[in-house]
Amino acid sequence: METYSLLRQFADSWMLLLLFGFFIGVIIWVFRPGSTKSYEDPAGIPFRHEDKPAPVKPAARRAKEM
Amino acid sequence: MTNYFKLIAFGAITLCALIAANFARDAAYMINALTIALAAFAAFIWTLRQTDDSRVMPDLSGEYLDGVVRAGVIATCFWGVVGFLAGTYIAFQLAFPGLNFDWAEGYANFGRLRPLHTSAVIFAFGGNALIATSFYVVQRTSAARLWGGNLGWFVFWGYQLVIVLAATGYLLGATQSKEYAEPEWVADLWLTIVWLAYLAVFIGTLAKRKEPHIYVANWFYLSFIITVAMLHVFNNLSVPVSIFGSKSVQVFSGVQDAMVQWWYGHNAVGFFLTAGFLGMMYYFVPKQAERPVYSYKLSIIHFWALIFLYIWAGPHHLHYTALPDWATTLGMVFSIVLWMPSWGGMINGLMTLSGAWDKLRTDPIMRMMVISVGFYGMSTFEGPMMSIRAVNSLSHYTDWTIGHVHSGALGWNGMITFGALYFLVPKLWSRERLYSLSLVSWHFWLATIGIILYASAMWVTGIMEGLMWREVDANGFLVNSFADTVAAKLPMYVVRATGGVLYLSGALIMCYNLFMTVKRSPAIADVNSAVPAE
Repeated sequence: METYSLLRQFADSWMLLLLFGFFIGVIIWVFRPGSTKSYEDPAGIPFRHEDKPAPVKPAARRAKEM
Repeated sequence: MTNYFKLIAFGAITLCALIAANFARDAAYMINALTIALAAFAAFIWTLRQTDDSRVMPDLSGEYLDGVVRAGVIATCFWGVVGFLAGTYIAFQLAFPGLNFDWAEGYANFGRLRPLHTSAVIFAFGGNALIATSFYVVQRTSAARLWGGNLGWFVFWGYQLVIVLAATGYLLGATQSKEYAEPEWVADLWLTIVWLAYLAVFIGTLAKRKEPHIYVANWFYLSFIITVAMLHVFNNLSVPVSIFGSKSVQVFSGVQDAMVQWWYGHNAVGFFLTAGFLGMMYYFVPKQAERPVYSYKLSIIHFWALIFLYIWAGPHHLHYTALPDWATTLGMVFSIVLWMPSWGGMINGLMTLSGAWDKLRTDPIMRMMVISVGFYGMSTFEGPMMSIRAVNSLSHYTDWTIGHVHSGALGWNGMITFGALYFLVPKLWSRERLYSLSLVSWHFWLATIGIILYASAMWVTGIMEGLMWREVDANGFLVNSFADTVAAKLPMYVVRATGGVLYLSGALIMCYNLFMTVKRSPAIADVNSAVPAE
């Protein structure tokens, strides 16, 4: 088989399946149970740290706050 | 110590560029070489003045690197005005060919100015807006200072050099005749270096982020940077005819070259003008509306659907050509499926205002962002429709295409950029507010009416032209000659150019307003804070 046909066949079958499967996987992942709650925090990112970067040790501070 | 190596490198580049200018085979190459020599010499002097400076640099990790964003805002305004002015001028050249002056023939006629206009608005205005806002957004949403020290400044100045090399090259006739990829190999190679540095700065900042999650705007910006790097490299694979000349020969030929070009061309629209600007939308619209994005889930689906689909849409530019039908059908189908993520994204942007719609009445900046998202929806409806083979047989090669591009570029890209600039300038220069909100309203209405004049004139003339070209008499002969269509288009061309004048005046008002904001608006206390020495 010449290179073109080989690549074409691969693109039409396995690669297509892989990309489509990945895409469907992303959608299922986004709608997983409990996702609404877990996305509340990221959605608020633009409203934090407007003026200056976070202090050097955020992990410790976060743990204390919780 | 590193400064000594830098000095040697800048000196060597200056010398080599001057030698290249001496051996230059054409004017475009000589001017490019002299420009590079000048830039390298300026960098040499600047580095020399920093060398052996005994001052200790303070710890800057406690504040954002905003200087480069400020420079980017100024560059965006400057190149925007240049690009709009060039566009308005060539619109008048089309209406009144006498404006192609004899004395400027070969430098400032339509053919030379047209790529100058498209590159100035897309890459100089849009590109600077993208680089500036991405640097601003990635720092805020990562809660970290820009990575790479002065590498961000290298990206900024390097990108300005690309623009100057490309622009002077166009005027002197250096072009590889690929739409939106006209610059010849010298500028292409330099852009590759600058772009990889841009990618490094962006990823470096993401890598040291303090927020555990990468905010969705950064996903869009990152996909834009990576995809443009890939597109640029593959579409510009060429062999220079001479190391001392601007001309190069493409590696691909025939229909393969056409396909690579429109794979590049459509994804320049999809990733430069869409994904990158969506990054802006997902940060600045929530900020201006003071509420988080309508649905974060939808934004993730928007992102993946957009990047999975856009990359295949290119072949719809090549309907009825030597490209096999299956390939053009594939491009067409993917373009139509793109309707969904595009509208999903538009709805996500618009609905961010739910519960805050009253802001539309009081806040002209919000109005600008909303109309921009509206134009995004409109042009992503029009585009898929025009990609359908039957519609394309009427619309292709007519002014309808130009109208479509401009409702996207002026409406979506222009307006969201203006909105972002109005948001950024008071923040970046620590001002309480903008100098004048009524001037923002003036800008809004001038720009909106300008776009409407432009788009409607192009719909009329495009469809008319398409119908005139295909009109046949009872014996099957074509009714109209090409010159007939040209004559019939004059009134619409005048309307289009008038729309351009309005849009340009709006942009000038914005520049004045932003300048006065920096000069006159009351200052607020500096918010950045130095990290105390311990």
